[in-house]
Amino acid sequence: MRDMEPADVGGYPYVEHHLTFHDGTHRRVLVVDREMPFPDGKLIVSATDLAGVITHCNQAFIDMSGFSREELLGQPHHILRHPDMPAVAFAGLWETIERGEKWHGYVKNLRRDGAYYWVHAVAVPNVREGRIVGYTSVRRKPSRSKVAWATQVYPTLFKDGR
Amino acid sequence: MSYRFTVSPDFTPEKLSGWFIFNTWLQRAIGEGIHLDMYDSFVQQRAAIAADQVDLIYANPYDASMLVRDKGFVAVARPRGRSDEAIVAVPASSPAHRVEELRPGARIVSTDDPDVDMMGMIILEAADLRASNTVRQTTDTYVLVAKKLLKGEADIGIFLAEAFDGLSPLVRADLRILVRSQISVVQHILLAGPKFRPRQPDITSALLHAQDDPRARLVTEGLGFTGWDAVPQEEVEFMIDLIDTLAFRPED
Repeated sequence: MRDMEPADVGGYPYVEHHLTFHDGTHRRVLVVDREMPFPDGKLIVSATDLAGVITHCNQAFIDMSGFSREELLGQPHHILRHPDMPAVAFAGLWETIERGEKWHGYVKNLRRDGAYYWVHAVAVPNVREGRIVGYTSVRRKPSRSKVAWATQVYPTLFKDGR
Repeated sequence: MSYRFTVSPDFTPEKLSGWFIFNTWLQRAIGEGIHLDMYDSFVQQRAAIAADQVDLIYANPYDASMLVRDKGFVAVARPRGRSDEAIVAVPASSPAHRVEELRPGARIVSTDDPDVDMMGMIILEAADLRASNTVRQTTDTYVLVAKKLLKGEADIGIFLAEAFDGLSPLVRADLRILVRSQISVVQHILLAGPKFRPRQPDITSALLHAQDDPRARLVTEGLGFTGWDAVPQEEVEFMIDLIDTLAFRPED
């Protein structure tokens, strides 16, 4: 997963962040204060393998993330991680789906161009012949009241208190 | 041995004879006796499935999970290029022009069509509308959904997009579409139960070759389909996983 470059953000003012993921990898991201509204009536759909590597994405995912299909397939799902998302907001995600149960949450995702979009995400394990073989995540349009709640609460959940 | 076939109760009345003709054609095509049982409601149909009285079903996608994962049904075929989409509409006189302008307490009218209702309620989540903070009404047909809206007996209607598009221009002119879903992957599917499973390859083959025979093509067209496509079992499983995520509404 490559670091973001100033050319990615198309001339918008940006703030630089350095993210460290659960697998120990790092990424420099450039964040632009510009929201992309979730399109009415659509769903963002993706599937990953057991390690969280993207194996399937639909057109709405491509359109909203700003990445091409080729850029998404084979990448870890945290290519969408926005620095405003505290790790604790995902607490229980992996634990829940690895247990074979459904997980849901409100998530601010980072686009390829540094802008962001909010989703209501639901993830389920793909169980085949009694074994979990991967995961499917479907993101739908969140209500603005849920986005307002998350925007207020998430900044208070960072361990470093930022 | 005779088998039992049934069709998701959400088919439009003008397709009823088409399904009986299809059943007659299918019996000849595979050389088996098949009895077509039509049920008036999803509740009655699910009771028949639970009692193992269904061997072949043109299933609503909402029921696919139960049929495949609990009852051991396998995919036979799906109609070409058709997906189920929902429309959320209000009376043209409604002050709401966007879903976000709808308010809790609204009266929502829909049919008992489970996948369309599920998609409609997901669209309404954007306005924080849920089963628990709205008033739900159910009617038998989409024409009655439209009537309830026009008479002022409901504020929001959930339609199968195809049924909405089939309403008369006058009725449609008095309604306003707020959202038309573009989900694409939720679709009805023909499934064979455990007893019929050994004949599944023959049924699939007969359906795929129907387009090569003018008479069989007419039978297919009588259902409103342009043809049938094979459906890999993994695609059915994927659709079920997707519907599982949509049916998951933790805040209801």
